[in-house]
Amino acid sequence: MFRQLLRNSVLRRILAALGTLLGVAVFVFLMLRAIPGDQISSGLGTEAAALTPAQRAALEAYYGLDQPLFVQFFSWLGNIFTGNLGFSSRAQTSVLDLTAAALPVTFELAIFSIVIALLIGIPLGMLSASKPDSIRDGAGQIVGLAGLSIPAFLLGTALLAVLASSFGFNPNGQGFAHFFQDPVLNLQQMLLPSLVLGFGIAAPIMRTTRTAVLEIRANDFIRTARAKGVPPRRLQLRHVLGNALVPIVTMTGLQFGYLLGGAVVVEQIFSLPGIGRQVLLGIQQKEYALVQSTVLVIALAFVIVNLLTDLLYRVIDPRVRAV
Amino acid sequence: MSTARRASFGALTATGVALALVITSCSAPSKPAPSEGAAAGGDIVIGVTSDPDTLFPWKATQFQAVNVLQNIYGTLTEFDEDLNVVPGLAESWDVSEDGLTVTFHLRDGVTFADGSTFGSEDVKYSLDAIAAEATAAVARSSLASVAGVEATDEKTVTVTLKTPDAALPANLAVINMAMLSSDDTEEGLNTTPNGTGPFVMEDRTPSQSLTLAKNDDYWGDAALLDTVEFRVIPDESSIVSAMQSGNVQLAVFDDPLVAQTAEGANVTVATTPQLSYHALQLNATHGDLADVNVRLAIQCAIDRQEVLDTAALGEGEVTGPITSPAYKSDPDARPCPERDLDKAADYLDKAGKSDGVTIKAIVSQGEYATSVNEAQNLKAQLADAKITLELEVLESGAFVDRWIAADFDAAVALNGGRPDPDGMYGRYFTSTGNLNKVAGYSSPELDALFAEGRQTADPEKRKEIYAQVSENLEDNAAWIWLFTSYTYTAAASNVDGFVPMANGSLQYLRTTSIK
Repeated sequence: MFRQLLRNSVLRRILAALGTLLGVAVFVFLMLRAIPGDQISSGLGTEAAALTPAQRAALEAYYGLDQPLFVQFFSWLGNIFTGNLGFSSRAQTSVLDLTAAALPVTFELAIFSIVIALLIGIPLGMLSASKPDSIRDGAGQIVGLAGLSIPAFLLGTALLAVLASSFGFNPNGQGFAHFFQDPVLNLQQMLLPSLVLGFGIAAPIMRTTRTAVLEIRANDFIRTARAKGVPPRRLQLRHVLGNALVPIVTMTGLQFGYLLGGAVVVEQIFSLPGIGRQVLLGIQQKEYALVQSTVLVIALAFVIVNLLTDLLYRVIDPRVRAV
Repeated sequence: MSTARRASFGALTATGVALALVITSCSAPSKPAPSEGAAAGGDIVIGVTSDPDTLFPWKATQFQAVNVLQNIYGTLTEFDEDLNVVPGLAESWDVSEDGLTVTFHLRDGVTFADGSTFGSEDVKYSLDAIAAEATAAVARSSLASVAGVEATDEKTVTVTLKTPDAALPANLAVINMAMLSSDDTEEGLNTTPNGTGPFVMEDRTPSQSLTLAKNDDYWGDAALLDTVEFRVIPDESSIVSAMQSGNVQLAVFDDPLVAQTAEGANVTVATTPQLSYHALQLNATHGDLADVNVRLAIQCAIDRQEVLDTAALGEGEVTGPITSPAYKSDPDARPCPERDLDKAADYLDKAGKSDGVTIKAIVSQGEYATSVNEAQNLKAQLADAKITLELEVLESGAFVDRWIAADFDAAVALNGGRPDPDGMYGRYFTSTGNLNKVAGYSSPELDALFAEGRQTADPEKRKEIYAQVSENLEDNAAWIWLFTSYTYTAAASNVDGFVPMANGSLQYLRTTSIK
């Protein structure tokens, strides 16, 4: 029975995912405590030197730092199972509330960035592959290289500086608007950051597309289709691109996962109150519960995106379904 | 061929959509036009890089938190724009002949934001709680001389002292000494501030923004602005572009380069000298530094103007120990006002270290912009005098940890200053001071001088005493004082009446208006 269950690949993946999450939890917990300083010294700065032992003890008790490490770990983990992600003393609210507010921002940003990346990456990849080693291919490759090598902070800051000083356009200087509060302002605020992120991700997608298209085109079935008189446009879109989608989906899923945790720089530059900035602030202020729980949420999102990507293959590629 | 054309068309469409979005959003109004000619009223947005880490005034040390809380809470005394102590919630105070009793006469008609009346019970409650260790209030040591607090009647508070304390009025003026209502708890105030200041908290979205509204029941002249929003924009250059696009009207920068980019047609930048000072802290209890001649050799081997020029683009002033305008030290009154390598060599000879010494210095990375550059320049200058400065560059959290533990020979530090020299250095350089371990230096002479300064009420005499303190610190090269820097207050052209202060306070928001 158990072996049968284990053979079920979906279940196996879920178990592996739980193991990954536990690993992340332990790792983050230990890493945070390895960083010098604690919430007391990060809050008080050098003033912490003036604390008397009794004052310090009072603060340690307040932040729960007086407990042994394993008690801190298990009480945090235990709370998570009851849906309590902890409390942020800086924001004076629960980490769950903070995360519930921040996650949609990053999610929206990630989706827009991926859409932009796909809109740039796939056509550019196909364009490059259409005539390998031509000038056109070279131009595509250069755009790809630029996307990979221009750092987001540089592109973002430059865009902001130019648009703000020359056109007075800077929706990100206003307070953040959620989509349901003010969709127009929200979309404006998402525009520049998603362009910056999307441009960066377009590069790997473009390269994956190019390689995949070239590989598929070398296959016998393409030659057969062409010989049978399939019109070129149909051949490209359905036969070539259709088959090239599997690696593109993998790459997109992977990038989406990274985006959920890795948009820190862009969120910082464009003042988006997303999950990346939440982790950064948490680390700066040594808010242990905040960082631990948020990283765990990001890891969970990553795992879910990966699972969904796997499922998506099965839809796209019938061969995977059989496995 | 046709495929290629399709593909490029796709890319073009994507770019086109993006461009169209940019263009349409350009035309959207980004903020309502300010009403013209209005003297009072208006809303201001202040760009800040992070939001307050606490709203509880007794524990606030973070710059942003202090700035916000300063506008919400009241203190018994206050500073004016020149950092003189002026009446606050106490209208006046008398000191007895022997200096051991201070009687505060409280102002009439003061109410907290929740409508309750402020009275002597609240003062007693606040001072007692700040002095209690369990509160972990950061200003506790400022009340070390206090023996007892008594609410004599509704409007009078009598403070009895163990020793006379001339620094007490100045020490009471900081926000860590805010007067809280005796009905309030820390837990409650963490979310709902309840102060007696010119503004009350209206709204807060953690890590995004915090909005204050005018307090109509304020005891003094009511603030002119209707609201003040502290908007969190984590990146300083993003604050600059937010100012250029008119979304933010006021911001304070430390970095001269950023301030420079902010200056433009609609934004002016004011430069304000600061009380905080850059120093090479020496730990005189460690190794070679225990010898005053080694410390003096270091003192003589450094050209301070060069440190200032190379590390901070010359944006600042060479300083002695005391930086407050009323007690300012003369930066030339030191053993080597100019760099003097011969004298440095003499001092090393006297110390029996003619071959040179090696000193390890901790430097923080990321805490403030100039730290590493300062350290490198100091290292280069000291090398000419056979003094090897070994730099240990640490992440700011690690730096603070080492600094607190006094685990260093030398530290390149930016320390906060205070208007009163006793509050500023008494805790460092007296043998019982709570930061003496970190300062690494004390002497019976300094103990006596600081005690005398505390017991002397006459301002002129106090000036003389602190001039001696300053001289003593420099002659013994307790630390090497380098320079003070500026802060840069960038304000949109429609901001009127804001006065930047040397302690970085935003208290003059109460006189600010939007034209």
